[in-house]
Amino acid sequence: MERMPRWADVLLVPLISLILAAAISAIVILAIGENPWNALKIMVTGALGSSYAWGYTLYYATNFIFTGLAVALANHARLFNIGGDGQATVGGLGVALIALYLPWPHWTLALLAAIVASAAFGAAWAAIPAYLQAKRGSHIVITTIMFNYIAYALLTYLLTGPMKPSGTMETATAPFPEGTHIPSFRDLFSHGETILFRGTPANVTFFVAVLACVLVWMLIWKTRLGYEIRAFGFSEGAARYAGIGSTKIIVVTMLLSGALAGLMAINNTLGEAERLILNAVEGAGFIGIAVALMGRSHPLGVFLAAVLFGFLYQGGAELSLSTSIPREMVVVIQALVIMFTGALDNMVRMPVERLFANRRARGTPVAPLAGPTAERAPDRAAPPSTPTTAE
Amino acid sequence: MALDAASPSAAPPAIELRGISKAFGPVQANRNISIRVMPGTIHGIIGENGAGKSTLMSILYGFYHADSGEILIDGRPTRIPDSQAAIRAGIGMVFQHFKLVENFTVLENIVLGAEDSGLLRPSLARARRELRQLAKEYELDVDPDATIEEIGVGMQQRVEILKALYRKADILILDEPTGVLTPAEADHLFRILGNLKAQGKTIVLITHKLREIMAITDNVSVMRRGEMVATVRTADTNPQQLAELMVGRKVLLRVDKAPATPGAPVLEVENLRVVDAKKVERLKGVSFTVRAGEILGIAGVAGNGQSELLEVLGGMMRATGSVRLKGRPLDLSGREDARDRREVGIGHVPEDRQSEGLVLDYTAWENMALGYHHRDAFANGPFIDRPAIMKNTIDKMQRFDVRPPDPMLLAKSFSGGNQQKIVVAREIESGPDLLLVGQPTRGVDIGAIEFIHKQIVALRDQGKAILLVSVELDEILSLSDRIAVMFDGRIMGERIASETNAGELGLLMAGVTGEAA
Amino acid sequence: MDWNTVLLLLDSTIRTATPLLLACLAGLFSERAGIFDIGLEGKMLVSAFLAAGFAYVTGSVWLGLLAGIAGSLLLSAIHGAASITFRGNQLISGVAINFLASGLTVVVSQSWFGEGGRTPQLGDGGRFGEVVLPGAIRLSEMTIREQRELPLLTRFYSDVLSGHSILTYIALLAVPLSWWVLYRTRFGLRLRAVGENPAAVDTAGISVRRLRYSAVAIAGVLCAIAGAQLSTAEPAAGFIRDMTAGRGYIALAALIFAKWRPWPALGACMLFGFFQALETRPDIFVRLFDLRVPSALLSAMPYILTVIILAGFVGRAIPPRAGGEPYVKER
Repeated sequence: MERMPRWADVLLVPLISLILAAAISAIVILAIGENPWNALKIMVTGALGSSYAWGYTLYYATNFIFTGLAVALANHARLFNIGGDGQATVGGLGVALIALYLPWPHWTLALLAAIVASAAFGAAWAAIPAYLQAKRGSHIVITTIMFNYIAYALLTYLLTGPMKPSGTMETATAPFPEGTHIPSFRDLFSHGETILFRGTPANVTFFVAVLACVLVWMLIWKTRLGYEIRAFGFSEGAARYAGIGSTKIIVVTMLLSGALAGLMAINNTLGEAERLILNAVEGAGFIGIAVALMGRSHPLGVFLAAVLFGFLYQGGAELSLSTSIPREMVVVIQALVIMFTGALDNMVRMPVERLFANRRARGTPVAPLAGPTAERAPDRAAPPSTPTTAE
Repeated sequence: MALDAASPSAAPPAIELRGISKAFGPVQANRNISIRVMPGTIHGIIGENGAGKSTLMSILYGFYHADSGEILIDGRPTRIPDSQAAIRAGIGMVFQHFKLVENFTVLENIVLGAEDSGLLRPSLARARRELRQLAKEYELDVDPDATIEEIGVGMQQRVEILKALYRKADILILDEPTGVLTPAEADHLFRILGNLKAQGKTIVLITHKLREIMAITDNVSVMRRGEMVATVRTADTNPQQLAELMVGRKVLLRVDKAPATPGAPVLEVENLRVVDAKKVERLKGVSFTVRAGEILGIAGVAGNGQSELLEVLGGMMRATGSVRLKGRPLDLSGREDARDRREVGIGHVPEDRQSEGLVLDYTAWENMALGYHHRDAFANGPFIDRPAIMKNTIDKMQRFDVRPPDPMLLAKSFSGGNQQKIVVAREIESGPDLLLVGQPTRGVDIGAIEFIHKQIVALRDQGKAILLVSVELDEILSLSDRIAVMFDGRIMGERIASETNAGELGLLMAGVTGEAA
Repeated sequence: MDWNTVLLLLDSTIRTATPLLLACLAGLFSERAGIFDIGLEGKMLVSAFLAAGFAYVTGSVWLGLLAGIAGSLLLSAIHGAASITFRGNQLISGVAINFLASGLTVVVSQSWFGEGGRTPQLGDGGRFGEVVLPGAIRLSEMTIREQRELPLLTRFYSDVLSGHSILTYIALLAVPLSWWVLYRTRFGLRLRAVGENPAAVDTAGISVRRLRYSAVAIAGVLCAIAGAQLSTAEPAAGFIRDMTAGRGYIALAALIFAKWRPWPALGACMLFGFFQALETRPDIFVRLFDLRVPSALLSAMPYILTVIILAGFVGRAIPPRAGGEPYVKER
């Protein structure tokens, strides 16, 4: 079993995948008569060139960190949580309920309450698929997809009926009261005459997301629960043998995953819109899949991949303003990233592995039979790169 | 050492392999292998696990491609790039794990891939006629309309043989065919093979059981560490010589141990019953006792309830009945899991280390804590105490001679024997009152077998109780103090190890009780 | 009870069920061969776009359909490469294909037609018209009173069964055809076997790869017809961005509901089509049952029912055993 060094696994393979995705995107841009180099320059300036640009990039990145962590955590238990969209949608409902119907004297309290509410609602939305997977063996991929649509229908009902203020045509709740307004980056970083992040939605939730990364990292690699989750993800049989209950792991992991997805709602609902809007999640749950794949299900990787996708989203928006390239180009890039880092991983990986195997073969003689083919663990073992569902 | 069994005769060998080599990455599975199998003979291929027997036969069946070498069938050089080519060359293969579609009927399985035309109906009709013919000719009765999931393993094996014959195979390769059969079923199989040989078919039998080789083969080839070390006429050799050829040195087929001095009962099992998810009763009222300082061996053909017995005792399966450990009853309702069992002092070396005993993608140190990761010694509140586990692992690897002694190596990179030593070290060193041991030496090289057997005996001599489950009758006989035989979910009888023999146990394993025998 | 309303509802049920049924059968072929396909949605979408686009440009709806099939097959090939050749994760591949379709259709149509992700309105040559079945009466040429006097069966035949696009009839014929192929032919036997135990197929000397690629290709063609129905069969008149609107997932739900069998697939798709038909006409519900049902509940019905089925409360749905697993040769 020849393998490659760890740096190749963690950096080289994702990088090659990214380059492939970028190359094909460039071809698409060429095909619709635009200049890819020019497009890249616009994207870089538009997404990274000013505090305004960063204010959007980091706002999007915050969303993707949460949904990326949600998918990544579930991956470690070999559960494919494709329901981040629904969980974040329902998380938004939790935020709206506490923001609209409870009085808040200070934003810090409102933020804490929103964290609890969004996590609880997101977790609740993951609970039924989790329970059905654990107890009835219902395929969690299908059930979470179904719950995405059910969440959307639920919110449509609420925002066209019970929660819609009278006299408006919009499918949204009333604006949240003043006490729930959490500080934006502009409030936090502007000083004196220099106003930074003017008019951008990035807000204090970003720091909650960074904190979530650290906590998830600790959970997965430092705690007993994390040990159990990974053991279950690698081998259900060994987990059962070790007294690690499958029901507990599936349910707990999915609740945590749903909670992480739900937390996204603080950013887009409490932080940006300051009211609950239909379809506020805008597919971020699905981008979480790309982010988790790209980031190899490691919180640091998720953070970096989330910033990359934040860049793509903001850059893509700028692109659609100043060229004829529509915003949907970003969806294409996202699809290509998922395809190359997820489904076509072996296509990229196998030639790289062969390359290293050849180099090693030239360096050292072929080992005798049954000689230990040293495969050392990286300090933090790579998660199952292709999550499937526990049957 | 290369005795040439091929007697000079007019007919070319049915199979001749010349200089076959095959490597998987850095592992050389087959090295420059040459062999001649004469037509109309039963040719045994014997060797330890991992000696390369199955790889060689997979090359012959087009499953793998040899890196170099030549294949001749009936004297003609033949290229076998895929299974289709093997079938065309008249080769049929019965794999160790059957390749049948579970929810198809016997008839559909036989026709699959050998249909006459685009429409199914005529093919099925012809297969039905031919099946009747073949059944008569070779004692191969099966119900053509039963689905595979409805019939037993012995019957499933017959379907596999019929599949090969329906495809007009002249050469039949069987890979460890008796592993799942009772001695009676195995005898039936050997009769069938005898009939086939009488009809001029050539048979290659891959096995690691010396008894089978001696019983039915004409010639035998021995493989060791990827190489073909000898081919001899079966009549000219004996088990001791074959064992030495397999291992490459003198082997003791016995374990040195003093007579047991049993103490108080540690494990008392009464009327244990298990019904599985398919509502099949797997344990039908099992009762026995294991005392301190003794090894109770459970003999039996795979699939007669031994696995379920271990799983129930290990806290991985529900049951009804009563189990007491040192007088205290265990909960069998499913409320207690494997972790609770460890807490009361039950260690468990599971039957399948790859899918249960180890997390293959975990490092050695992570595996050393598997099942014990919640204990105070290995944890700080909710956190894993990595330095403590690491220290413990280095210590155990040294004392159990795990090679290489590297705690950061992934479990899957160790050889079978060293993997098993990690499991055995973990379970013995946890200080259990009762150790459950399932198939301790399956897929383990002889050196590690001796080491593991010694450890088990040493634990017994410390006054611990040991329940040993193995399908290897030799292992049961040499290691146990008392032996219970399981058949069809029941214990057919108990014997004192020193007062019984393979023949008597074989009858019990086939469900023939002492009174009737 | 107002029979006119009922007939109207059934007529609309058949029309909305058509793409579901085609996509469901597509999923059936793919999943019976052991390849999960959550990319039905994406394949339909690409075909819907290409069919409408080419129909507009060439003026021929059949050339449009061909273009749709080509596009859908291309996505099938990608899915096949990912799941068969490179043994990747089939679910992730499906997700990627859906995004690729969703993004590319807008990007390309914007560059092609510049109408914000839609194709121009199709004229009559660019659409599949209504097929009048032999003996059907053209009800539109009669007054309501005259219609009411006709026997119910005649009205059912003329109003509900007749008057759909050719693609609807193809979909309906595809049901018995699929059944026949799966259960009566050599190809069907092998296809079902490869979804249950690919090792059995491989050792029997049949190429697992070729079988699975054929299944994925069949799925591609069926999805393409489904997509073409959405954008080019009357009353549709062109492509709108994301016009599949989750139909691929509903088809998947119907497939589970039908337990991967052709005839029950017809029933499941008709049921889910009925919900969709109701959703567009909430007034019908009120008129028929005097009951006000939120349309959101109706649109969620297929999903809720599928979850209930998956939970095993209405009989267990056992998928093909080798489903989702890439085939790796082993002894």
